Amino acid sequence: MELDPLLLSRIQFAFVVCFHAIFPVFTIGLASFIAVLEALSLKTGNPLWQRLSKFWIQVFAVVFGMGVVSGIVMSFQFGTNWSNFSYATANFLGPVLSYEVITAFFLEAAFLGVLLFGRDKVPQGVHLFAAMMVALGTFISSFWILSANSLMQTPDGLVLRDGLYYVASWTDAIFNPSFGYRFLHMALASFLTASFVVAGVSAWFIMQKRELAANKKALSISLWLILILAPAQVVVGDFHGLNTLKHQPMKVAAMEGNWETGTGVPLLLFALPDQENQQNLFEIKIPKLASFILTHDWDGEVPGLNEVAPEMQPPVFIVFWAFRVMVAMGMLMVLFGLAGLWLRRGDRYLESKPFLNGLRVMSLSPFIAVLSGWIVTETGRAPWLIYEQMTHAQGLTPSLTGGMALFTLIGYVLVYAMVFSAGVFYLMSVFRGGLETANAEQTDSDVEKAQRPISAANANLDGGL
Amino acid sequence: MEQPFDLVIIWAGIIGFSVMMYVLMDGFDLGQGILYPFAPDDHSRDIMMNSVAPVWDGNETWLVMGGAGLLGAFPLVYSVFLPALYIGVFLMLAGLIFRGVAFEFRFKANTTKYIWDWAFAGGSFVATFAQGAVVGAYVQGFATDNFVYVGGAFDWLTPFTIITGLGLVAGYALLGSTWLIMKTEGELQQWAYRVTLRLLVLVLLVFAIISIYTPFVDAGVMERWFHGFSIIWFLPLLALYSAYLIYSSVKKQQEGLPFVATMGLFLFTYLGLLASKWPYLVPPDYTLWDAASAYESQLFLLLGFLFVIPFVLGYIAWSYWIFRGKVKGGYH
Repeated sequence: MELDPLLLSRIQFAFVVCFHAIFPVFTIGLASFIAVLEALSLKTGNPLWQRLSKFWIQVFAVVFGMGVVSGIVMSFQFGTNWSNFSYATANFLGPVLSYEVITAFFLEAAFLGVLLFGRDKVPQGVHLFAAMMVALGTFISSFWILSANSLMQTPDGLVLRDGLYYVASWTDAIFNPSFGYRFLHMALASFLTASFVVAGVSAWFIMQKRELAANKKALSISLWLILILAPAQVVVGDFHGLNTLKHQPMKVAAMEGNWETGTGVPLLLFALPDQENQQNLFEIKIPKLASFILTHDWDGEVPGLNEVAPEMQPPVFIVFWAFRVMVAMGMLMVLFGLAGLWLRRGDRYLESKPFLNGLRVMSLSPFIAVLSGWIVTETGRAPWLIYEQMTHAQGLTPSLTGGMALFTLIGYVLVYAMVFSAGVFYLMSVFRGGLETANAEQTDSDVEKAQRPISAANANLDGGL
Repeated sequence: MEQPFDLVIIWAGIIGFSVMMYVLMDGFDLGQGILYPFAPDDHSRDIMMNSVAPVWDGNETWLVMGGAGLLGAFPLVYSVFLPALYIGVFLMLAGLIFRGVAFEFRFKANTTKYIWDWAFAGGSFVATFAQGAVVGAYVQGFATDNFVYVGGAFDWLTPFTIITGLGLVAGYALLGSTWLIMKTEGELQQWAYRVTLRLLVLVLLVFAIISIYTPFVDAGVMERWFHGFSIIWFLPLLALYSAYLIYSSVKKQQEGLPFVATMGLFLFTYLGLLASKWPYLVPPDYTLWDAASAYESQLFLLLGFLFVIPFVLGYIAWSYWIFRGKVKGGYH
């Protein structure tokens, strides 16, 4: 069997980036949540806020550590597997990624230590400042990396000379046409992720009747956030979709499963896209709704996949279904936000078993939504690496063989599987320990050892078996 | 187009500085992992790990910065070295991941502790060997055509790069043992004194082999060093003087000088290596200027560096100040 280095590299990149992405999307939101808890603690003096903060900082430490370790790999992936792409775009990509390191990574590293270990060593105000700086660092980091990604979707501000891109306008390149929408969409996604994890874990604690006063506050805050953020995300997502329609019509055609350009296009609730025969099987549709959503006109024209040759179309089945999974998760989130509001009367949201159990399950929903959203935007760009300028095949490392790519793919899967299972196992023991363990008195030797991110968590890896 | 400043030279200085920072700083903590299996007892291993625990992840940030900085300032290095060293880069990253998480999980584990001991030692060894092989591969040069790597997956793995790989393992172990002399006391410190002398012999042996071997790998190096008297002759002399200082300070049981002298040994060897290959950055075909990114990209990035890096260096110095002094006792 012939091993295809292109396919294997794409699988490898998708695997590595998906594995990595679930950590930052959580820590970006969680960092802000912790900063809010610290601010409330400073302002009100109520010890409950600090009890909550101490627990969630431990969770943050573990997840952040996993994100850092998996992130180191990412910074070398561009070069090992996509060297033609890296070389051609280095004049833009190099400075942008370097700026991420010097403006975000060092800021995070500098203040993370104070946030994790400095509570008793610095004044409370300085500690709050450290929490805010860590949160700011996570945002700066996502600013640069989303700028780089958006440029691949909607390139701007660059000129191509002799196969190399040169930056004609840094402003146009960094703030390229889809960047703002993507940044806002991801920022809201991060807040939603943190909100749902906090809600789910708090619900679990409440069902166990543990630390009720503090966990009820956390649940209440996260439900208010969900109520506002989930619908806001729907609106921002719609604007992002319109932006995509303008700049990447084939991606939208694949999302809608629309094979032929036409007017009054229906919205497909269910279909099995059959790319070989360029049609859908088993369609369930609402007439004209896709046209209305995309053009705000019941008879508006929506582009179809037939505008490009079949080999220049993205894999429709994947994009179509990943999009539906993302939207379904978004709708569920809105529903839970509304249910939370409805159950506020008489504080039923703190009592209702089905609701609390639902929240526990829903703590996975943002991760599913984020991963499927990224699958839509990345797979939907195919076969382009830089939209309508460079294909995946052109960006690949020329010397890469199928055997090499397979070797490292298997290697990364094995390494990450081990690291991930140890990390999840450990995170579970932090959850089991709860606010009680996080707020237990530390001995001197504990304080001394707790100088590393994950070690800030006060639980035992073998514990609770 | 004529530019007011030659940024290429400035960037060569910045990247060279970053690489040296990385080698010195991650070198002594990787060295702990290499020395790990040979440590006198488990209690010593606790102390060894503690002595670098607060600083190791900051140290590795220099590696990420080196990678991103190369892409920004010398993209040809990034796009030739990484494909050429594909398998080696994977081994290095896997090694760094295992030893990185070992820091976190070892102290949490009881029954599974030995797994993380192996992860720490094995990961450190593999990552160091791979880095040493990269240095050797740089001396060897790369098969390129029109700015693209065209060689095979294992071109980098030759007897020469195996020697440089093992040489760096010995070198990092020496940085690690002299670091322990400075940071510990009692039995472990005495052990570190003994190990340092043995490692010094090993390092000098590899140093000699590489010095004799290199001119045969690359004729340009022969020309550079043996075509009449040159100012660069002082570099190996200074390296040898550093080696002598390590020996004499260990004999006198001094605590700080062995580590400082080892850093000197690394610095002068590194400068000697650069002097051998200057101005080739992707040998044998491409110089610094061939490998550089566009002027406006280098300028855009330089402005950020000049503004931000002073803060970064300040923080690093501050964190080392916080954790100054001898490391005492284990965690348990």
